[in-house]
Amino acid sequence: MSSDTDAFITREEIDPTDEGPLSGRTVAVKDNISTAGVPTTCGSAMLADYVPPYDATVVERLKDAGARIVGKTNMDEFGMGTTTETSAFGPTDNPAAPGRVPGGSSGGSAAAVAAGEADLALGSDTGGSVRCPAAFCGVVGIKPTYGLVSRYGLVAYANSLEQIGPIAPTVQGAAELLEVIAGPDERDATTREHGAETAYASAADGDVDGLTIGVPTELVEGADEAVVEQFEAALEDFRVQGAETVEVSLPSVETAVQAYYVIAMGEASSNLARFDGVRYGPTAAATDDAEAGNWNDAFAAVREGFGEEVKRRILLGTYALSAGYHDKYYDKAQDARAWVRRDFAEAFETADVIASPTMPVPPFELGESLDDPLQMYLADANTVPVNLANLPAISVPAGETAEGPVGLQLVGEAFDERTIIRAASAVE
Amino acid sequence: MTAQTAERDLSAVIGLEVHVQLETDTKIFCGCSTDAADDEVPNSRVCPTCLGLPGALPVLNEGAVEAGVKVGKAIDAEIPEETSFHRKNYYYPDLPKNFQITQYDAPICADGELAFRVDGEERTVNIRRAHLEEDPGSLQHAGGSIDTADYTLVDYNRAGTPLMEIVTEPDFRGADEVRAFLAKLEEVLEYLGVFDASRDGSLRVDANLSIVDSKTLDGDDISAALEDANRTEVKNISSHRGAQQALAYEETRQKNAVRRGREVEQETRHWDESRGITVSMRSKEEEKDYRYFREADLPPLRVSGWKEEIAIPELPDARRERFRGEYDLSAESASKLTSTKQVADFYETVAAEFDSDLAATWVADNLLGELNYRDMQVTDVEGRLDEFTRLIDLVDGEAITTKNAEEVVLRRMLDDGLAPDAVVEAEGLGKTDDNAVLAAVREAIEENPDAVDDYESGEEGALNFLVGQVMQATSGSADPGTVNERLRAELDE
Amino acid sequence: MVDHEEVEHVASLARVDLDEAETERFAAQFDDILSYFEALDEVPEADAATELDNVFRPDEVREGLTQEEALANAPETEDGYFKGPNVS
Repeated sequence: MSSDTDAFITREEIDPTDEGPLSGRTVAVKDNISTAGVPTTCGSAMLADYVPPYDATVVERLKDAGARIVGKTNMDEFGMGTTTETSAFGPTDNPAAPGRVPGGSSGGSAAAVAAGEADLALGSDTGGSVRCPAAFCGVVGIKPTYGLVSRYGLVAYANSLEQIGPIAPTVQGAAELLEVIAGPDERDATTREHGAETAYASAADGDVDGLTIGVPTELVEGADEAVVEQFEAALEDFRVQGAETVEVSLPSVETAVQAYYVIAMGEASSNLARFDGVRYGPTAAATDDAEAGNWNDAFAAVREGFGEEVKRRILLGTYALSAGYHDKYYDKAQDARAWVRRDFAEAFETADVIASPTMPVPPFELGESLDDPLQMYLADANTVPVNLANLPAISVPAGETAEGPVGLQLVGEAFDERTIIRAASAVE
Repeated sequence: MTAQTAERDLSAVIGLEVHVQLETDTKIFCGCSTDAADDEVPNSRVCPTCLGLPGALPVLNEGAVEAGVKVGKAIDAEIPEETSFHRKNYYYPDLPKNFQITQYDAPICADGELAFRVDGEERTVNIRRAHLEEDPGSLQHAGGSIDTADYTLVDYNRAGTPLMEIVTEPDFRGADEVRAFLAKLEEVLEYLGVFDASRDGSLRVDANLSIVDSKTLDGDDISAALEDANRTEVKNISSHRGAQQALAYEETRQKNAVRRGREVEQETRHWDESRGITVSMRSKEEEKDYRYFREADLPPLRVSGWKEEIAIPELPDARRERFRGEYDLSAESASKLTSTKQVADFYETVAAEFDSDLAATWVADNLLGELNYRDMQVTDVEGRLDEFTRLIDLVDGEAITTKNAEEVVLRRMLDDGLAPDAVVEAEGLGKTDDNAVLAAVREAIEENPDAVDDYESGEEGALNFLVGQVMQATSGSADPGTVNERLRAELDE
Repeated sequence: MVDHEEVEHVASLARVDLDEAETERFAAQFDDILSYFEALDEVPEADAATELDNVFRPDEVREGLTQEEALANAPETEDGYFKGPNVS
């Protein structure tokens, strides 16, 4: 990796193809987003030498808008993690809290922006992977509504949950980047007609007079004291500016983490099945162990090269989808997902946006969290419900604790990014 | 199975899973061409999606869905309100993503049927379901057969070709029925324009065969009998003839086993066409847990209304019936003239201009005969329809003889690509005009007094000799009938 | 309880080789994680709502990759083919 900062896996400049709203600005791109001719590793040894022959749609849009891409950023392997420590290329330090993790899985992107190595960055968010690093690094991150931004070229981890999202030092910056990448794409059948003409940057006007902010107790109780303190202060700030806060209830979030992981792991086990060393992947040397076995042995030997977290999720996902367990895990998880959706819909009857701390804890120390996977999964409790419900959310900096920055998460109704952008801009 | 099994009457019960490649311009989930013309270059008609590159996404080809609806309409199937795609997860080098996008519990067609004739009888087989899915790539076993190869060479040109999998109920009772059904199915699919039998690999059949006590087939519900019986799956069948051979072999093999009191293994067997046998693939048997789940990259389809909206052409049986009535054709003629949709279309265009019988002779007997001989199809000459009708015109208007038209002009038209008038000119085939004929007749009479005498003493055969002389003199371009008349007229006066 | 054997079975289904230590570790972790997932048993049944439908692309040819581009990342190729393991 590079010498300056460990935020990047590959430092390589990609020129813009035209002039546009991002002319003169630099963008760091998470290493699971395909860049033609430039390595795209997903933080994995399985793709250490993989160079895509095509650009992701969002990369094309960046270039058309005048942006200069400055490199591919570090990430948890295949997006699986909350700290960027599962990367095969080593961890990334948090510029806003040295010695601590930058969050994950888009830790490199958030760190690059926080350290001023890039003006803007793109990350991907499957269960909080844009919002968490934004919160931990003290920058802004948006997870768009599912279907607003094309996933063509995003290496899939959990395809019914993930979106590519902007990371920037300010709400305005994130909104400007969102404007460039949003909008339907004929190469992604899950994109919607929204976003093609929408102005997001103009929504960052800080005007929250009359806004109703719903606060779900389930997402606040159980959070770290220091985090809650900053969160309450931010809510007070809102009230001073003319917004109203109300209590809402989201009982379904009790099972949101379970549902999220069952679905994400199930989809991952299928999305990562393609890594078998035939069309791309590790060279023959890795397959020498498969002594004269058949294709099953050869594939298994190649796939031994996944990191431990990835293996864990592939296995659990396979288990959750397998005969005999499919109904118990995968189908029930879909039921839970529908329940989460309904809960949010109900909550939005009384609130315009829903607020919570982005993460229930401040940034972990590097190395602290790796022994207990289940503990790590629980840290996603505040972010995963949003992906399950296919809604948009933004994380905006909401103060500092002794252990690093804290973020405030604002969730909006589907395709109502403008309202959460507006609300977030009032917190800055 | 008791010692008395040898006396039992045994029957085969067969069900089919037929995979047909659909004739669309592009693959089912990407814009790569389905035209295999340059396929000797491997991996040359691929893109990130059909190659399974990381980050690529599928987008559904509207043409494939239309083709699916047409098939559904032709087999009288239900097209449900909502139909969707699932992933079938398994590992194999010909599968770019190590899962196949297919349909699982919500197929595009359900509960159809197809009628066909076998041994002079009409049969109807129920079609449980038909669904859309993607074709895998193709494997070559380097250095040997599937058993001995060291490694595999993989070509993804074929990967992503749209397939329709048609699943029948276990309604077949023998190999002949299977063959007749498949031939009929191919005919219907070609009529719909969604299938090309001449395309390599366009038809693949997996058959399931069980042997049961014939008595158990008396009732309507044979499912109990089937549950007890062991069933083999026969794979690698790629033609209706192959299906007949494979299943005849398999039926015999199983009946022999049962009669000798041996257990029939429940297994998958591979049809080896070159050796004419099925081979056990037991070593490949491993539990198949496909872990089906919805394909989230593809929204569901709500296309039940398309059944009304999409037109399908008149199907072969109906067309055959209509031809018999409308053109007053024999069953045999009607059959020949509806052998493919293209032949039928060609015929109807010709029959619109001429007497239907004349048209039938020219299309069914002459044209198809000459085309067959040259290994050509009617589609090779479809663009020359107007030249063909001109030819018939020349014969009909007596400008050339039928014989010359059939044996000289048509053949040169096909072999040398010439227009009929050009051939007539080049070969000097224009029927000699009346004066020339009269002159030749008189000359023949003058030069052959013996033949004239023979004729006048009652020998009809002598007239034929004279006709021959006249024909020779006119290089065969006189019309024999006219010559005959003229000779009689001259001689009888 | 998730045992050693079950982990091995799933690893085989997923075509992922594990060493002894990993298998042991996973057996213990999976136990915890799957117990945690049990909470899903209590969730009421629901229908997933689908809003988007009938998304198509026209049956028109689009430019794809050259053979060179297609093979560029392959660990092993031969005469334009990808080289894969034997399938017997």
